Amino acid sequence: MDMKRSYYDDVRLFSSGVTVFWFVALMAFLFFYPFVFTNYYVYMANYIAINIIVVVGLNLLVGYTGQISLGHAGFYAIGAYATITLMTVAHFPFLAALVCAGLIAAVFGFLLGLPALRLEGPYLAIATLGFGLTITTVIGRIEMLGGRQGLHAPDLVIMGHHLTSDRQFYYLAVTITVLLVLLARNITKTKVGRAFIAIRDAHIAAETMGVNLVLYKTMAFALSAFYAGVAGGLYAFVLRFIEPELFNLFLSVFFLTMAVAGGLGSVMGPIAGAIVLSFLDLQLRNILSIPYIGDWLRDLSASYFSLTGVSNIQFVIFGSILIAIMLFEPLGLYGLWIRMKKYWKPWPF
Amino acid sequence: MIDFLQMTVSGIAVGSSYALMALGMVLIYKASEVPNFAQGEMALLPVFMAYMLIYTYGQSVFAAFFGALAFAMFLGCFLEFAVVRRAKNPNILGLIIITIGLEMVLLGFVSWKFGADQRVMPFPISSYSSFMFGNVYISTLDLLTLVAALVIMVSLFLFFRFSRLGVAMKATQQNETAARLMGIRTNRVKMITWGISATVGTVAGLLLAPVFMEPYMMWDPLLKGFAAAVIGGMTSLPGAVFGAYIVGIVEHLFGGYVSMEYKAVVAFAVIVIVLCVKPSGLFARHYVKKV
Repeated sequence: MDMKRSYYDDVRLFSSGVTVFWFVALMAFLFFYPFVFTNYYVYMANYIAINIIVVVGLNLLVGYTGQISLGHAGFYAIGAYATITLMTVAHFPFLAALVCAGLIAAVFGFLLGLPALRLEGPYLAIATLGFGLTITTVIGRIEMLGGRQGLHAPDLVIMGHHLTSDRQFYYLAVTITVLLVLLARNITKTKVGRAFIAIRDAHIAAETMGVNLVLYKTMAFALSAFYAGVAGGLYAFVLRFIEPELFNLFLSVFFLTMAVAGGLGSVMGPIAGAIVLSFLDLQLRNILSIPYIGDWLRDLSASYFSLTGVSNIQFVIFGSILIAIMLFEPLGLYGLWIRMKKYWKPWPF
Repeated sequence: MIDFLQMTVSGIAVGSSYALMALGMVLIYKASEVPNFAQGEMALLPVFMAYMLIYTYGQSVFAAFFGALAFAMFLGCFLEFAVVRRAKNPNILGLIIITIGLEMVLLGFVSWKFGADQRVMPFPISSYSSFMFGNVYISTLDLLTLVAALVIMVSLFLFFRFSRLGVAMKATQQNETAARLMGIRTNRVKMITWGISATVGTVAGLLLAPVFMEPYMMWDPLLKGFAAAVIGGMTSLPGAVFGAYIVGIVEHLFGGYVSMEYKAVVAFAVIVIVLCVKPSGLFARHYVKKV
């Protein structure tokens, strides 16, 4: 059924009427979501949408190009700070500020991509990690950016409309997310995406076949940083207040966890990973109020562990998820989905 | 001039604990080809174990420290045996992610058990007493760290040079297939390497704990140790030690002469510069990938 005869078959957005139907259904669901669910769930959807943007971007770099990054919280921070500063100091309108913030992050991504051209494996990991730490330290020292006190987000105005509630912000965040995901999906299907994959699989062979390593590796970094920057700009308006401490190393690791849990090297996988893990993250923040498990955990903590440290269970859970996925299903949720599809296709035979 | 000497000496003292972490990382990198992000937490758990042995079970400090080192050996072996070895044809990204996962699990357990309170590990030597050589101060604890680092380096050198196990480790690191054909149980050798690495890290942890002790205490030494190992080339034990002293000294000189505020991140600037010039670090031969 999946016979592709030309590149145009591959690039097409919808492979059949069924996918058109599901796409329309998804869009309708997203449109009516805020009418159905309560405020908290709308806030949750905003948070998830933003994480989806970062993780899809991160996946372009890690999953498609095969370059590890432990510094994405740095790009995220750049996006958040740049958006707010452009709006308050230079009086940019929101959307222009957001795009500019993404571009600024992309410039930093390009700069980080330059040393990354010569590095791989552990060397690249420590270089990107150092970048993430340096960015937050530097931001924490700049007075104009609020230093350690942080910054408050200004009012959000789009074409004369004040967006004050989570519900109004929801449509903005979801629109941007859908657009960026479609963009990422199209990038992976075109020449650029194939170049990324070639670099990941065998960079020497790719170079021999005429893939410009310098161009495409730095492009992967810049693209990925652009996604993180835009997401950071949106995140600043979800929280309404940002400080350097938010963008720590754990955030970078959390982004990587989402990408890996969803499945590196696919577009839908990281989205699933972002949805599942962001949901878990928000739930685990007040773990003791989860029905059934909460009481049991409280007893367990009181008798064997400590109640003050109970929120740290989320580290245990996320760590276990990372290990379990790497040991049992290296392709993550996406791999699981593919296996299920294969299993059920010839059913009942 | 005295300032300069004092800063250099403090840098060397700090560099010693970085050197211990870097040694642990390099040992594991040579055995399993993975930069071990769990190195810090593999030391953290035994350190808190020692704390528990002292306060909850009323053991003496020396017994507790000995127990912690033995537990570290076991923990390292266990993690390799139970987790790292089970990875299905892992690539480097997968292995890095596994060690990050281990790190999160261990850190989660420790901070779940102990909360985020600051504690102080009882230690026979006060962290305030100090020696004076000429005009240069060095605290007794720093001196002890320096001596411990030197002793461990020398004993690792002797171990790799003269013991059967050490030679088997070197053989496994150089060419695993050939080593296995010569009758070395490479899996077991790797497992023991992880154990030794965790023990070396725990020594660093135990020497840091009297000054300040909390679940995040191993982060900074881990990152600096990692940076040091990268400067040294990830595969060279002397390189790791050298890199650690460079990081320690540069950090202190930078903090003293240029800016105290950026002291914490200058190490990463140093490694980016070093890596731009020599992408495989200072001491490693550049690895050429065969196609």
